[in-house]
Amino acid sequence: MQYINIAPLKISNTGLVQRVLHELSKIFPGKIKRIRLEFEHEKSFSPERNQYFSTLLLAEAINHTSQFEGKVLILVDFDLYIPVFTFIFGEAQLNGKHSIVSLCRLHEEFYTGETNEELLVNRTIKEILHELGHNFGLLHCKSWECVMHSSAIIEEVDIKGNSYCSDCMREIKRNNLK
Amino acid sequence: MKPKANILVVDDELIVRQSLKHWFEEDGYEVETADSGEIALKHFEKGKYDILLVDMKMPGMSGLELLSKVKEYDMSVIVILITAFASVPTAIKALKDGAYDYITKPVDPDELSHIIENALNQKILKTENEALKENIDEIIKPDNLIGESAEMKKIFSLINTVSQTDTTVMIRGESGTGKELVAKAIHINSRRKYFPIITVNCGALAESLLESELFGHEKGAFTGAHYKRKGKFEMANGGTIFLDEIGSVSPKMQVELLRVIESKQFTRVGGNEQIKSDFRVIAATNEPLEDLVKQGKFREDLYYRLDVFTILIPPLRERIEDIPLLAYYFLKKFSNAMNKKKDTISTEAMDFLVKYNWPGNVRELENAIERAVVVSKTSNIDVKDLPFQVSANNHFDKDDKSIAAMEKRHISLVLNELNWNISRTAEALKIDRVTLYNKINKYGLQRKQ
Repeated sequence: MQYINIAPLKISNTGLVQRVLHELSKIFPGKIKRIRLEFEHEKSFSPERNQYFSTLLLAEAINHTSQFEGKVLILVDFDLYIPVFTFIFGEAQLNGKHSIVSLCRLHEEFYTGETNEELLVNRTIKEILHELGHNFGLLHCKSWECVMHSSAIIEEVDIKGNSYCSDCMREIKRNNLK
Repeated sequence: MKPKANILVVDDELIVRQSLKHWFEEDGYEVETADSGEIALKHFEKGKYDILLVDMKMPGMSGLELLSKVKEYDMSVIVILITAFASVPTAIKALKDGAYDYITKPVDPDELSHIIENALNQKILKTENEALKENIDEIIKPDNLIGESAEMKKIFSLINTVSQTDTTVMIRGESGTGKELVAKAIHINSRRKYFPIITVNCGALAESLLESELFGHEKGAFTGAHYKRKGKFEMANGGTIFLDEIGSVSPKMQVELLRVIESKQFTRVGGNEQIKSDFRVIAATNEPLEDLVKQGKFREDLYYRLDVFTILIPPLRERIEDIPLLAYYFLKKFSNAMNKKKDTISTEAMDFLVKYNWPGNVRELENAIERAVVVSKTSNIDVKDLPFQVSANNHFDKDDKSIAAMEKRHISLVLNELNWNISRTAEALKIDRVTLYNKINKYGLQRKQ
């Protein structure tokens, strides 16, 4: 298994980042690294939409992360979009190195105004595993028990499982042995 | 199995083509793109596509022109038009000309996914479902639903029978017998398997949050409701709703549940729109509902509405021939998960497992084996690795043999083991904290000073 580099970008809640890294380390023991990433992410900001264009942000990040081995996942707190869609939770290069996850719409406050850090951590882990799954070559899975099930709304993030199903896990192992 | 549908994205904007291609490829679709109507037609003449996603406004051939041309080739192709500037007359024209749908950019990912799924349902899934139904000759079981005893074989047969229908099912059984697994087995063997099974733990729901949780809410319905939210019944549309611990539902909630189960309609909190949802109901309880009905604590009409087809799961102590099978299944599961080589259970330990009373049923056995895998120093599981001492196997010796008494003893045991840490105890018992508090109060359990 390759290293998984997690790059929090402009996230003020360091405690949350620590918890997320801690949980990820339980899933991928010895493989999680926290890295610092500084680049001109404002170029991908759209004032009309008040959101960041995820694909541009990812492209910019790729130029600044060639020195890191393994996967690179960027964690941001701001809202992401791609032009066709109103928003996205995250984006990943299929069978690639880079992915991005936004915490913005994973916060319970976004929907109900109530803070729930436990739920936020659970949702964040699910979305990180989901995007990393795409990096590992996985497509969306039909099983609601599997974290690779597609989730276009927050309720679906909550419903789906928090780990890879046996079929997806087998696929990850197969892809990593290639 | 995901249908491998072919999609052709036609848009003059590169970023839109790339975004949609990427999005659909993650879902397992085969996607090609064209930057104009003319190029799209050339693709279409050569290849076979199930769905065309077409931008309305492009230089050269417009989306509407492309629509009429492809329909000349293949009437069955699904065309979805996308526009940045919606207008009613254009939408009407598009639909009259045979477009499946007409959407405005930017679109909610959820909305686009549903449109594509519904469109493919018409074209592919219907045929596939029919074929699958014919081919199913034995039921698919969730991983943990294991047993070769006559009792379990009877349950598998009942699952097989009831899953082919939409009948409401009531699953009865002690805590830890696997009621949720049976519910999942019914769901994944039913025609609803492509939609989710939504679990509602009725015992854990605080009444104040109940309405919003079950029926969803509209934006601005209450302070803090910044966005519209779907409820459990809406999420279960097309699938199954599993109402666990139905016996602990409050009288107010019983009225609401009965109404929704009968009408399959509800309104979101703060909304006026009647939402329809097509769900199948499976309920479960470990409480004697008939007694609750007699005592006036459970509505008789709801009881009869739910208790249409009953599956009774026997406690583990009544199917002891399944214990070795389950023990070895959990041994393999936890050995693999923890990367520890444990492949045998000593005769003495197995003898103990078979003779033990298992008040917490399969869940307790699973926890016992998990703990044994953690503490065992060799590849063999021995009696000393089990979480109880042979001398402490005194569940047989107590005068009170009732299920409630056993549950009380078991909860007390785990609470003491975990130093009355409520979160860890609830986690170990695989129940939520609210249920644990309720049980502590019910049994009058107190921490020893």
